[in-house]
Amino acid sequence: MADKAPKRRSLGFFGGFAVTLKQVAEPRVTTPYPEEKLPKPPRFHGRHVLNRYEDGMEKCIGCELCAAVCPADCIYVRGLDNPPDAPVSPGERYGFVYEINYLRCIHCDLCVEACPTEAITESKMFEFSFTNRSDAIYTKRELVVDDDGMPRQLPWEDWRPGEDEHSSGWMRATSPSGAVEYEGEQQWSGELGYGVRPAEGGQSDSRNDVATGNISIRTVERDKISRRFGGKVRGT
Amino acid sequence: MPDPLFVNGVDLGVVVIAAVKVIVVFGVLLVAVMMMIWFERKVISDMQNRVGPNRAGPYGLFQTLADGVKLFFKEALLPDQADRFVFKLAPYLALLPALLIFTIVPIGGVVAIAHHSVELQVADPPMGILLLLALSSVSVYGTMLAGWASGSKYPLLGSIRASAQMISYEAAMGLTIATVVVVTHSLSTRAIVDSQALSFFHWNIFRLGILPFPLFLVAVTAELNRPPFDLTEGEQELVGGFNTEYSSLGFALFYLAEFMNTITMSAVMVTLFFGGPDGPGFHFVRWLWPILWFVGKTVVFLYGYVWIRAALPRLRYDQLMGLGWKVLIPFSLGWLLVVAAFRVGTIWGFGVFVGCGIAGSGLWQAIRVANARRQVQEESSPRWRQQNPAEAHLRAVPEPDGGG
Repeated sequence: MADKAPKRRSLGFFGGFAVTLKQVAEPRVTTPYPEEKLPKPPRFHGRHVLNRYEDGMEKCIGCELCAAVCPADCIYVRGLDNPPDAPVSPGERYGFVYEINYLRCIHCDLCVEACPTEAITESKMFEFSFTNRSDAIYTKRELVVDDDGMPRQLPWEDWRPGEDEHSSGWMRATSPSGAVEYEGEQQWSGELGYGVRPAEGGQSDSRNDVATGNISIRTVERDKISRRFGGKVRGT
Repeated sequence: MPDPLFVNGVDLGVVVIAAVKVIVVFGVLLVAVMMMIWFERKVISDMQNRVGPNRAGPYGLFQTLADGVKLFFKEALLPDQADRFVFKLAPYLALLPALLIFTIVPIGGVVAIAHHSVELQVADPPMGILLLLALSSVSVYGTMLAGWASGSKYPLLGSIRASAQMISYEAAMGLTIATVVVVTHSLSTRAIVDSQALSFFHWNIFRLGILPFPLFLVAVTAELNRPPFDLTEGEQELVGGFNTEYSSLGFALFYLAEFMNTITMSAVMVTLFFGGPDGPGFHFVRWLWPILWFVGKTVVFLYGYVWIRAALPRLRYDQLMGLGWKVLIPFSLGWLLVVAAFRVGTIWGFGVFVGCGIAGSGLWQAIRVANARRQVQEESSPRWRQQNPAEAHLRAVPEPDGGG
């Protein structure tokens, strides 16, 4: 028997008992969720916000591209001409009605990519378990950021100070804030409360992104990515 | 020896003491089941790097209570095809034996209360351990009737499995109990415990030569339908098993019965093989120490059950039946004969031991030959050859239809 098959490691009958008993001393993998929250990935898709410029003008111009691209048909927009004496947005029209039905929304982020003015972005807040159907429809009153550019917290939303950080969506660099050489690459959109954040790793040398530093997201998030995709997490 | 409580006739005091014992044991059992479910979930989550229930009460202690309340307020569905009366009866048939078996388990020593000598167990009937066998047969009815009365296919399959399994393992269980009885000369559980109380080495596990205990453990685990023998509720094959159609209180009762049976059988194992409440005592609160020993030993077994559940995968059905009929029953029967022969005389003992060895190896040969024959038969079937083409062409058996 020269060419013996490589011996398969087998647990045997009592191996299972040893394995299970060993786990008792191992650290727990559970996060006690409501008390302690895991940091969210930089590209997390939470609920939307409608952004403003520094001077308080709304970014939305009522073009309805978001509504057109929405695969779940959950966005309803109606534009209206800006009143000449008190314009709401810098431009011809503004979003007069803006509604998102969160019973339909699948958080695909296509609206964020479609928006030509970066008016709509997604935050990281996902804990908004409303208890009736009318609460599920977010209107401009809930979606537009407040005077400091921060998202408004509704009574049924469970998020705490600090969790709204890095709440930018991300979008094509071909949009107005992007540089030409990064065409087709993703970059962070600007928001009032958080400023314009630099493009994602590998796109720019002069960047200081809090979430990713100067390296790509894949490297930063290695602890959460399966080994099969270049990460560190065992299994699958 | 009869129950000393009833020796001097029955008066009011005796009745009160008996009633108090019943109520206390009933209450303690229910609380113990609650704790057991919590314990099982905590231990198994320990073994899977999880936290387990930790929301209801400190350390999630009241989780079972919360689950029970939730179940209680749910709607009790009654399937159209169900046999109404039997469907409602079955959960109680499952629960009652679990409660009743515990009555014969000695929890502590003998104490004196108001001039009455009271054994710390609900009842000490002279037929003792036979009650265990009878009642564990009754609990088969609970499972069997639940599946049958549901009027639904999967529960019926589950209950058929359950009854076949429980009946086959009951034989091995009975034979190992007979081994204990042969040594004790008495069916009374109190007498069984007392006969082990002399020293550590008088515990039945050592006196009977270790083997009956693992046999009993396996048989009882199968009898309880606990993993790795929980084929009655094999989710992959049977949806939920015999209790699929049950909801609300009926489901809760089955759940309760399952865990109460686990506790009861652990207690029975402690009684039969580990000296029951026997253990070193101390002078202060003398009556308490035996109870603590009993509870401690039982908890060890409960932990063992949870550990088994965490470690072992479920058996296949033919493996289950094979283990029961080809391993447990021959071994327990042989060991019973050997132990009985040693009671007669040493020469008899060794003689029977050798005889059992010869008979055993004969049986082993027979099983081996039968297996080999079945294998050959199976591999010559066109279906097998179709399913295993890679191996089929290595076999010398010609295609029955002459090939194409």
